[in-house]
Amino acid sequence: MHISPVLWEFLVKWLNNSALFPREASTIAPYADALYFFLLTITMVGLVLVGVLVFGFSIRYRQSRSPEATQVEGSTLLEATWTIIPLALFLIVFVWGALLYFRIYNPPTNAMNIYIVGKQWMWKAEHPGGQHEINALHVPIGRPVQLTMISQDVFHSFSIPDFRVKREVIPGRYSTEWFEATTPGTYHIFCTQYCGTNHSAMIGTVTAMTPDDYAKWTQESTSGMSLAQNGERLFASMGCNACHSGSAAARGPNLAGVYGSKLQLTSGSEVLVNDAYLRDAILNPSEHVTAGFAPIMPTYQGQISEDGLVDLVEYIKNLQTNYRVQQTLTTLQSNQAAPTTPGVVKP
Amino acid sequence: MDNAIVATHPHTHETAVHAEHEHVSLPQHRHHFETEDQQREAATFGMWLFLLTEIMFFGGMFFAYLLYRNWYYDAFVVGSNQLSIPLGTANTAILITSGFFMALAVWAAEVKKRGLLVIFLILTTLFGIAFIGVKADEYHEKWEKHHIPGASFDVAEFVNPHAYGLKEQPLAPDMAQKVQIYFFLYFAMTGMHALHMLIGLGLLGWLTWRAYRGEFSAGYVAPIENFGLYWHFVDIVWLFLFPLLYLINRHPLH
Amino acid sequence: MSATSSTIVNLPDQRTARLPKRNYINNEDGLLSWLFTGDHKRIAILYLISITFFFFVGGAFAGLIRLELLTPQPDLVASDTYNKFFSMHGIIMVFLFLVPSVPATLGNFLMPIMLGARDLAFPKVNLLSWYLYWLGGLVILGAMVMGGVDTGWTFTTPLSTHYLNTHVVTAAMGVFILGFSSIFTGLNFIVTIHRMRAPGMTWFRMPLFVWSHYAASILMVLGTPVLAITLVLVALERLVGIGVFDPTKGGDPLLFQHLFWFYSHPAVYIMILPGMGVISEVISTFSRKRVFGYTAVAFSSVAIALFGFFVWAHHMFIMGVSNYSALVFSLLTMLVAVPSAIKIFNWAFTLQKGSITFETPMMYAFGFLGLFTIGGMTGVFLGALGMDIHLTETYFIVAHFHFVMVGGMLMAFLAGIHFWWPKMTGRMYPESLSKLAAVTTFIGFNLTFLPQFILGYLGMPRRYHAYPPEFQVLNVLSTAGATVLGVGYMLPLLYLGWSLKYGAIAGNNPWQATGLEWQIQSPPLTENFVEIPVIDYEAYDYEWLAHKTANEVTTVG
Repeated sequence: MHISPVLWEFLVKWLNNSALFPREASTIAPYADALYFFLLTITMVGLVLVGVLVFGFSIRYRQSRSPEATQVEGSTLLEATWTIIPLALFLIVFVWGALLYFRIYNPPTNAMNIYIVGKQWMWKAEHPGGQHEINALHVPIGRPVQLTMISQDVFHSFSIPDFRVKREVIPGRYSTEWFEATTPGTYHIFCTQYCGTNHSAMIGTVTAMTPDDYAKWTQESTSGMSLAQNGERLFASMGCNACHSGSAAARGPNLAGVYGSKLQLTSGSEVLVNDAYLRDAILNPSEHVTAGFAPIMPTYQGQISEDGLVDLVEYIKNLQTNYRVQQTLTTLQSNQAAPTTPGVVKP
Repeated sequence: MDNAIVATHPHTHETAVHAEHEHVSLPQHRHHFETEDQQREAATFGMWLFLLTEIMFFGGMFFAYLLYRNWYYDAFVVGSNQLSIPLGTANTAILITSGFFMALAVWAAEVKKRGLLVIFLILTTLFGIAFIGVKADEYHEKWEKHHIPGASFDVAEFVNPHAYGLKEQPLAPDMAQKVQIYFFLYFAMTGMHALHMLIGLGLLGWLTWRAYRGEFSAGYVAPIENFGLYWHFVDIVWLFLFPLLYLINRHPLH
Repeated sequence: MSATSSTIVNLPDQRTARLPKRNYINNEDGLLSWLFTGDHKRIAILYLISITFFFFVGGAFAGLIRLELLTPQPDLVASDTYNKFFSMHGIIMVFLFLVPSVPATLGNFLMPIMLGARDLAFPKVNLLSWYLYWLGGLVILGAMVMGGVDTGWTFTTPLSTHYLNTHVVTAAMGVFILGFSSIFTGLNFIVTIHRMRAPGMTWFRMPLFVWSHYAASILMVLGTPVLAITLVLVALERLVGIGVFDPTKGGDPLLFQHLFWFYSHPAVYIMILPGMGVISEVISTFSRKRVFGYTAVAFSSVAIALFGFFVWAHHMFIMGVSNYSALVFSLLTMLVAVPSAIKIFNWAFTLQKGSITFETPMMYAFGFLGLFTIGGMTGVFLGALGMDIHLTETYFIVAHFHFVMVGGMLMAFLAGIHFWWPKMTGRMYPESLSKLAAVTTFIGFNLTFLPQFILGYLGMPRRYHAYPPEFQVLNVLSTAGATVLGVGYMLPLLYLGWSLKYGAIAGNNPWQATGLEWQIQSPPLTENFVEIPVIDYEAYDYEWLAHKTANEVTTVG
C-alpha cells in the first residue's frame, strides 16, 4: 500500500466514528480494507465514466441540438478497449483477491487453537485449557488464534466483522479460520448462515485482551479439566484404550505421537493425521484402516457428541506416551475404577 | 425499399401450391407454420430440446452417483451385488427389443401402412409393460429384504452376510450404513426412469388408438417420429443405468 | 412531428383516431376464448396480469420485512414469522416474478412479431406453460396459507430437510412445477428462433431483444432441470430419509449446494438477459440510431449465457470448497463480468451522434445503466475471493442482488412495459405521470439499497430478525426508501389501468421505431401480419424507416 499510514488511519477512524465503517481490529483487516477501497475506487471511476458518457452524450445529442441521428455501425477499436481494460482490472482484482484469500485462510504454524462448536442457536467456545464459553470468546492480542469449528446440526457461519474473518461452520467436518487481534476491545460475533428460528440471536462477543489480562482470565475461568484431560476420561470410559493400548500386540494402532504424522492406510493411500482425520476415523473407521491392522474398529457415530469428539481429538493431539493409557487399562481390568472427579459434566 | 409481398396465405384447407415444391396440405397443418416441413422440423427440434432437458434432469442424479461411488466404493460393490444380473440383463434385452419395435413403427408410419403401425406400436407397449413388470418384481424383493432407504432400512445383511447365506465380504457397520446411499441412488434413478416409461406407455396407448383410426398413415408422421425419439431416449438412459448400478465390480463367470 | 416539446412521439389525430376494428383483443369474446387461447399475444397478457399479482404479493412481504427492521428488536412479529416473510418474498419474487417477467410477457408478445412469424412454434405448449405457472403459484400460495415456509428461497440443507417442520415439500413442489413452466417457455423460444424466422431474416438481422431471449432460453432449458432434480431429492430426503444430504448417513450437505447453485446462478442470467434485450430496443429507439456494435452485443449475450454455467461455486467460497475450486470459480466470475461491461459501453455509445429524447422508457433505461453498473461492479467485489469472505452472507449481498435485479431487471421490465404498452393495448399512457413514477422509483430504490451496502460492510448479516442498535439509522433510511419505492410501483398500476380506457390512441408506431412490431397495427391482428414480410434490411435500419411507403396497408378496418 502506498498510502501514508497516518492518512489511512485517519480515514478509517473517521469512517468508523460516523458508524459507516467497521473497526480494523485484526492484522488482516487493513489488507481486506485495502482491496475494498481499490474496488470502491474502480467502481466509482466506472460509474463516473458511464455517467459522463451517458449524460454527456444525452445533453450534446439531445433532439433539439441534434435533430438528425448519424447511423454508426460500431468500432472494433472501442470494443477492444472496453473489453481489455475491464478484463485487466478484473484480473487484477482476481489476483489480489486470491492472495488475500490465502492470507486469510492459511494460519501461521504457531497459532493457538480454540474449538468452536455451533448449534442452534448458540456458540460454544472450548479452550484447550478447559475454559468453556457460550456466545463469547476471549482471546489475547498479538497472538495468532485458530478456530477449529464444527456444527452439531445445520450450517452456521462464524463471523467476526471487525476482524474481517468468516467461515462456514459445517455439520460433519471441521472448518478452520484464524486471526490475530490487534486492539483490546469487544467485537461482534454473528452467525451469518441462516439456521432457523433464532438465527439472529446466535450472536456473541469477542473480547480481545492484553496478554497479561488474558493469562489472568484463563486462570480464573478454568472449569476443572482441560479438554485433553476430559478426552483422556472418554478414551478410557469408551473403551478405546482396550485396542489402542500402545503395546506391541495391540489390536489397534498406537496413537502416541500419531498427530501430524503421515499414515499408510490399507487402501494404499497415505494421509496426514490432522483434526479432521482423527474425527473421521472415530466416526467412519472402516475408511481409515491403518496398514497392517484389521478393520475391526466399531463406529462411534451417534455415541459421542461433537464436544466429546473435540475432547478426544485434543487428547490424541497431545498424546506423547502410552503410560497413562496402560495405567487406565490396568485399572479397568482390575475392576477398581479410577475415582471420577466430582462435579464434572460428562459429555 | 419496401417490404416485398410474398404469395398470399390461404385460410382454407385446400391444396396450396408453392413455387418451390408441391405438397398436399395435411389436415394437421397448423396455420402459424408456413409449410409442412417447417412444422415437422419444428416439432422434431422441440423434442430434441426436451430430451436435452431430460439429460440435465437425470444428470443431477448421475453427478450424485459419481460422488458417492467414489467415496463409498465398498458399499456400492456390496449394494450392486444385491441386484439380480439375470433380471437386469433380461430387462435390457426387453427394452432394446421394445425400442426395435418402435423403430419399425416409425418406418410403418412413413410407408403409410396402418396395420403394421398398430401392430408395432402394440408390441412396443407390450415389451415396455414387461420391463415394468420385471422392475416391479425387483422392487418387491427389495422391499421384503428391507433394502428400501428410509426408516425400514436394515444393514444386518451387509454386516453379517454369512448369516444370511450370502457369499459376500462383511462390511464394517459404518460402511454398511453407506449402502443406503447406494440404494437411494438405485431407487431414485431407476424409479425416475420407470416413471418416464410409465408416461411413455400412457402416450403409447393414446398414439396406438389414434394410429388405429388412421391418423398417422396418411403422411402425418411427426407424433410417431417424435415419440420414437422419446422412447429411444428412455432406452438409452437404461443402457447407462444398467452397468452403473448392476455391474459394479462384477467379475466374469468364474 | 411536434416541434415544440422534445419528443419523438407521433400520435394520430386524436379527433378521428380509432382503435383498429379487428385486433387480437376483440377477435373473440368470452373468458373461455382467453383461457383456451393459442394466441401468443393473449397468453402474454394473461402472464402480465398474473405476474403483476404475484409481484405485489411479494412486495407486500418486502414491506413487512422492512417494517420489522425499523427497530433493532424483534418486536413486530415472532422470529418464525419473520423467517417466513423473507422466504416467501424470495421465492415469489425469484420464481413467480423475475424469472418469467420479461420472457413470458414481452417475450411471448413480441418475439414472433419481431421474427415475422404468426405465432410461436408451439402455441399449446405456451398455454400449458401459463397453466403450469398458475399451478406452481397456487401450490406456493397454498404453502403460504397453510402456515408458510421458512427455509429461505435457497432451501439450504440440512436445515430444510431435517430441522424445520414447515411446508417445505409443498413449496419445493411448487417451485418444481414452475420450473417446467420456464423450461417450456424457453424451449418454445429456441425452436421459434431457429425455425420460424421470416424469409430474409438472418440471425444477424434479428433485433437484439431476440438475441437476449435466445441466450436466456438456453439457460432455461439447460439449467432448470437440475433445479428440478435437486428439489425432488430434498423432498425425498424429507419424506423418506434417503440420506443423500445427511452427514450421519454418509450424505453430503454440500452436494445440495452444488446442485442448487448449478441452476440458481444461471437463473440470475435468465432474469437479467431479457431485460438487457429491452434496454437495447429502448436506447436505440430514443436515440434514433442502430445499437452501437450490434455483433458485440449479440455475442456478449450468448457469452454471458455460456460463462454463466461455470461460475456457480462463487456462492460457496467459504463453505469448504477446495482452494483449487475457489481459484477457478473466482477467475471465471471475473470473466463473466466482462460481457456485461461491454454491453454497458455499447449502449452508452449508442447515444453518441444520436438524436435523443427522454420519454419514460428512456428514463427507465438510464436508470438501468447506472444501477446495473453499480450492481454489476459490486458483483466483482464478491467474486474477489478474499473480499467475499468479509462480504458474503451480509447485507452487501442483499444490496448487490437488489441492485441488479430491481435496479436492473425491474427497471428494464418497466421500460419495456411502457415502451410496448401502446403496441399491446393501442393506447398511450400519461407521460408526465409516468415520468414522475420513474423518478420516484429511482429515488426510492437508491434510498432503500445504498445504505445496505454500508450495512453489509459493517457486518450486518442477512436474514436477521433483530440486529445490534448501532445499525438502526441505516435500516431506518432503508425502510424510508422502501416506502417511496412502493409508491413508485403503485403509480404505474394505477395510470396504466387508467390508460386502457382513457389513454390516447397510439396508432401503429407512436415512437417512430424500427422493428417489425411497429409496422403493424396497434393492437395487432391475431395473425400478426396481413402478409408475412420478406426482410432485406438490417435491424435498426432507420434509413429504411425513413423511406417506407406511407400507403402501406398495416391496419385492418
